[in-house]
Amino acid sequence: MMASHRRRLNAYFLSAPAAILIVAFLVTPILSTVLLSLREYSTYGGISDTISLLNYRDIFTDSYFAEVLLRTMKISLLVTLGALVLGVPEAYILYRMRSPWRNIFLLVVLGPLFISVVARTLGWALIFGSTGLISSTLQRFGLISQPFDLMYTETGVVIALIHVLVPYMVLSVWASLQRLDRRIESAAESLGASQITIIRRIVLPLALPGILAGSLIVFALAASAFATPAILGGRRLKVVATLAYDEFLNTLNWPLGAAVAILLLIFIAILMTVINKWIESKYSEVFK
Amino acid sequence: MSRNGFLSLLFHAVFIIFSMAPIVIVCLVAFTPTGYLSVPVTSFSLRWFAALYERGDFLGSALTSLWLGLAASTIALILSVPAALAIFRYRFYGREAFLSLLQSPLMIPHVVLGIAFLRFFSQIGLTGTFAGLVIAHVIVVIPFTMRMVLSNAGSLDASVESAAESLGAGPLTTFRRITLPMLVPGLAAGWLLAFITSFDELTMTTFIASPQTVTLPVRMFNYIQDNIDPLVAAVSAALIGVAVLVMVILDRLFGLDRLLVGGEQKGSS
Repeated sequence: MMASHRRRLNAYFLSAPAAILIVAFLVTPILSTVLLSLREYSTYGGISDTISLLNYRDIFTDSYFAEVLLRTMKISLLVTLGALVLGVPEAYILYRMRSPWRNIFLLVVLGPLFISVVARTLGWALIFGSTGLISSTLQRFGLISQPFDLMYTETGVVIALIHVLVPYMVLSVWASLQRLDRRIESAAESLGASQITIIRRIVLPLALPGILAGSLIVFALAASAFATPAILGGRRLKVVATLAYDEFLNTLNWPLGAAVAILLLIFIAILMTVINKWIESKYSEVFK
Repeated sequence: MSRNGFLSLLFHAVFIIFSMAPIVIVCLVAFTPTGYLSVPVTSFSLRWFAALYERGDFLGSALTSLWLGLAASTIALILSVPAALAIFRYRFYGREAFLSLLQSPLMIPHVVLGIAFLRFFSQIGLTGTFAGLVIAHVIVVIPFTMRMVLSNAGSLDASVESAAESLGAGPLTTFRRITLPMLVPGLAAGWLLAFITSFDELTMTTFIASPQTVTLPVRMFNYIQDNIDPLVAAVSAALIGVAVLVMVILDRLFGLDRLLVGGEQKGSS
């Protein structure tokens, strides 16, 4: 009895510093932002003391916000689709590689995760611009006459975001493929199953939880992406994250910016917890 | 098991080209001798790196980022070790909630963190301070150090610790001489992962950095908003160099896939 009491005290003592930090500097700021989003803002009066849902009503009724929300959803869906098409086959190809190549290419594919998003996005800006690689190459071969520019277009933002986020998809699918028993594949092969049958009946069902989890991560990160849409989209192509940034630092309407941020947070939290739980419960037998 | 066929290898080649293209372009442009952007690059010079050195502002920001990364990842690690040991060793009330709270910064969009910290720091008088930056970065990197220490704690051999205790070692001696050395690979990898995360963090930091505490990614971002030229490509190329170095060390230390996926998977290296 005494021992268990001491053990429990030990546990609280050990976790106290981290717990205090998280409560003081994460829970409190988020709650403070929720409160801020319920205030009203006027250009001359500043931030009011009254509490209302006015900012949220503005966001849901204003067509400008609706446009930004729709654009963010569209970009995130396209990026997720692109990451699926590129990342899932690549993970399987990596999985089937032999010893030295597999590690080398895994490093090459996952490596960009360690490189600053600003640096990677700059690379795409250099490729996309009217004096960039795509434009000058196409012009040299006479395929286009006018300089061709993907800067400040949705296509450009989508391509660059696929590049930034596809390693997460590869990683997620790769992790679920580690559970695949190679002997089952060989057995199926020796029983005369074609390559397509093996992929459809054995590989895909096992990889599915990884594919779903990967899609979820890519979608959530695309929906909250800031640097890539800010650099490649410019001022015209606003997404939710750059909109919140603008309201906070340029328009100085902090309550409205806070409301946009809180909506984004709620959306991502629902996506990551509820849907994640659903995937886990639906595919729990796969993990057993 | 069959090998990858021709079509698979073709797909793989396209994927690798896509994955490497922007990174290679940045490095090529960084070494261009011309004053404007031109691709392809035919001759090489270190002109832009020299210009970078003369300007000084990017170097100053690099130092800010370096100190910030060192401080944030070290504090996060110091807080993570006891917290991870508590979670791993004990079953206590609020354990699950504590664990998910410590992992929660991974799920919160960095724009939201930036706004929350800007608001909160202005309320408590930490706006634009280096201390504020350090606190914010500790919150962002603590999930990484936690996860690494936790996954490493799984390989701790409890019998060695009880042996030390039965031979008369006090709890502190046992921790210092037995537990800590067993945790070191995980600690090193977790620290490095935290450092590179802090060093590259842009979105949250744009909200809370003051002109005196502009980090390197924020300075690059602000610069790119106005002009894209070989100078900023040179900074990026230097960052890519650092990233490659960190990556190779992490791969040697832990195996890159195991590090990123978490402790459960069997490493391929």
